[in-house]
Amino acid sequence: MSSSPKSISISVCMGTGGIAAGGAEVMEAFESELARRGLRAKLQENCTAHKVGCRGFCARDVLVDVVVDGQRATYEYVQADMVSRIVEEHIIGGAPVEKWFAGPEYEAFHVGQTKVVLSDCGSINPEDIDAYLAVDGYTAIQKILCEMWPEEVITEIKDSGLRGRGGAGFPTGLKWSFAAMAKGDEKYIICNADEGDPGAFMDRSIVEGNPHALIEGMSIAGYAIGANLGYVYIRAEYPLAVQRLAHAIEQARQREFLGKNIRNADFDFDIRIKQGAGAFVCGEETALIASIEGGRGMPRPKPPFPTHRGLWGKPTVINNVETLANLPYIIRKGPQWFASLGSEKSKGTKVFALTGKVRNTGLIEVPMGIALKEIIYGIGGGIEGGRQFKAVQTGGPSGGCIPTELLDTAVDYESLAQVGAIMGSGGMVVMDEDNCMVEMARYFLHFTQEESCGKCVPCRVGTKRMLEILERIVAGRGELGDVELLLDLGEDVKAASLCGLGQTAPNPVISTIRYFREEYDAHIVQKRCPAGVCKALFEYQVVEPLCKLCSLCVRKCPVGAIEGGKKKLAKIKDRKCVKCGICIEVCPFDAITQVDIHETAEV
Amino acid sequence: MDTLDQTLTPHTNSELDLTAVDEIVARHQNERGALIPVLQAVQSHYGYIPPEAAARVAEGLKVYPSKIYGVMTFYTQFYLKPKGKNRVMVCCGTACHVKGSDRVTRRVLDEIKLSDGEDTTEDRFFTIEQVACIGACSIAPVVVVNDKVHGKMTPDKTMRELRKISEAADE
Repeated sequence: MSSSPKSISISVCMGTGGIAAGGAEVMEAFESELARRGLRAKLQENCTAHKVGCRGFCARDVLVDVVVDGQRATYEYVQADMVSRIVEEHIIGGAPVEKWFAGPEYEAFHVGQTKVVLSDCGSINPEDIDAYLAVDGYTAIQKILCEMWPEEVITEIKDSGLRGRGGAGFPTGLKWSFAAMAKGDEKYIICNADEGDPGAFMDRSIVEGNPHALIEGMSIAGYAIGANLGYVYIRAEYPLAVQRLAHAIEQARQREFLGKNIRNADFDFDIRIKQGAGAFVCGEETALIASIEGGRGMPRPKPPFPTHRGLWGKPTVINNVETLANLPYIIRKGPQWFASLGSEKSKGTKVFALTGKVRNTGLIEVPMGIALKEIIYGIGGGIEGGRQFKAVQTGGPSGGCIPTELLDTAVDYESLAQVGAIMGSGGMVVMDEDNCMVEMARYFLHFTQEESCGKCVPCRVGTKRMLEILERIVAGRGELGDVELLLDLGEDVKAASLCGLGQTAPNPVISTIRYFREEYDAHIVQKRCPAGVCKALFEYQVVEPLCKLCSLCVRKCPVGAIEGGKKKLAKIKDRKCVKCGICIEVCPFDAITQVDIHETAEV
Repeated sequence: MDTLDQTLTPHTNSELDLTAVDEIVARHQNERGALIPVLQAVQSHYGYIPPEAAARVAEGLKVYPSKIYGVMTFYTQFYLKPKGKNRVMVCCGTACHVKGSDRVTRRVLDEIKLSDGEDTTEDRFFTIEQVACIGACSIAPVVVVNDKVHGKMTPDKTMRELRKISEAADE
């Protein structure tokens, strides 16, 4: 043994991404190795292996930090069978296994980020309240309970410039002041963790990675508006987040950070978890309230706003997870510090789920005002496989697609709205030349149409008609005038729908028409899909000179659409072909190609 | 779509044990907005919401059966029919969609035959669902098999997972 370590700390990423990549097995392997080699017994509490929440760079999971005597090393793509070598060579032998170290991308991924909400996420054990206390957790709530009146807290938050992170960007302090002024014997705080946007997982990662920050944030909000009870409305699809939050609430109660007379102050606050039952529209405030009250989650007209008549008819503030998790940091470091981050009208940072065709996918936190380009090409490392960037989609089904020429757009509420997208809750999906923008529009509208609650006609019927037109276009049955009709209908649905779902549902369609009109025209006029995605508009052909008669495609075709054999050229029967693309994938000679239907028609 | 009658009228000769429903209702008796948590608990006990159980919830919580029917059919989480032994969820969120989840779905549906409009095989061995985002976008496309999240899936990898389950059951 070359050296004898005095302290060992190992942290294994065990967010949903980490667990899917094998995090639990890696954790177990470390535990058993440390025990087997007697390190645990020898060093006792100076030898720890703990799970941490999402560290952001999920594409490289399982990520493991090994800290030996204060020296940190990060390993990527760790699997259970690599653990014994790491323990033997690095921890005991003092020679880190450098070839498994996280590469330069790991560094590049983090260098452009500014972490506030995520600052402790991924470094502390989310299931241990002491880990949160060790990073000054729960000092913010103690500070306001001892030193500040509720109005002063509201003023601090107003001064910080914090705006709602759920998407619309309403100033948080202002919203609180409405509820604080409203008359009512009971008031409520609701945390909206019904992260329904497809392509977004910021809230899940925060709840999984640092649930105590959310609890502390809710207590701060509760104190400010005079609420004694908070609800977390969270998706049932996030079982790990629900479990960690429930565990954290229990711990907070034991340590008297929740309950009666918190820290001996004259303030009671408790939190209950309500699991959503799967309805996108419940992200809308009034629908969410209806759902907590036990009914169908359908929105109602506003005003009255929930800050006056909310849950059970009482004044209620609904804030998003990220908004609430920002609060402890703002109180601890002061509103001026927070306001110094970000752009003129959008303060602080924003967490995004960077996904799609970008090289480095994961959870990122950037200062407001950063250019889209910096996110995609800096932190994201550019497009996968050297392909060409086509668009980035922000705001999910309520947002829009932003093309190459607008990549200098700053990420803040106003700038994104100006280019026809929205900030949204933080989904950021990158698309390349292989994605068809008409098909993307159809995809989003299909989603919102299914999720429309059906209460108001413009949304219920309007999205349906728009979807029918889009389905016709991608099927090669588009007609001249369809684009104008879509725009016309879209404006009506936006103007006349009752809630945010309908008011924003046409955005993906309108923005793709605005920036990718030529793709719509290609589908409608030439019956051609430039990206080669829309199945009705292409077919497969065997390039006869290249076919070596191996018959691999014949055997692999799942629907038996290819004729041929050892001595016979392969031939694809169009009527049977389902265009799954397996034949193209398996052909070793690239002898099968995809051709536009209109080209074959001309031949 | 089932009618209200079919969903809430108990089948004759049913011997479903409803004590669990009574216990669940009792636990939530004085809670405001209890209907959804009660239905969630009932479903987690039976695997779906049997009509007899829904009727019993209506009695126990003193709400109209029509309201229960409304709630059950509004939220995608509630099942009015029993599910298969093995649950397969193919994520169709944006990131998965962009990365080709429809190819996974099509392959699964090509190989595991379902009747029209059904999501469960006749022998109730598999339930295949297409779900909106499960929030694991950075490892898209994602397939969840019996609560285990599998990332970066291809049609082949997915079928391998499903075959493993079938083979384990055959043994």
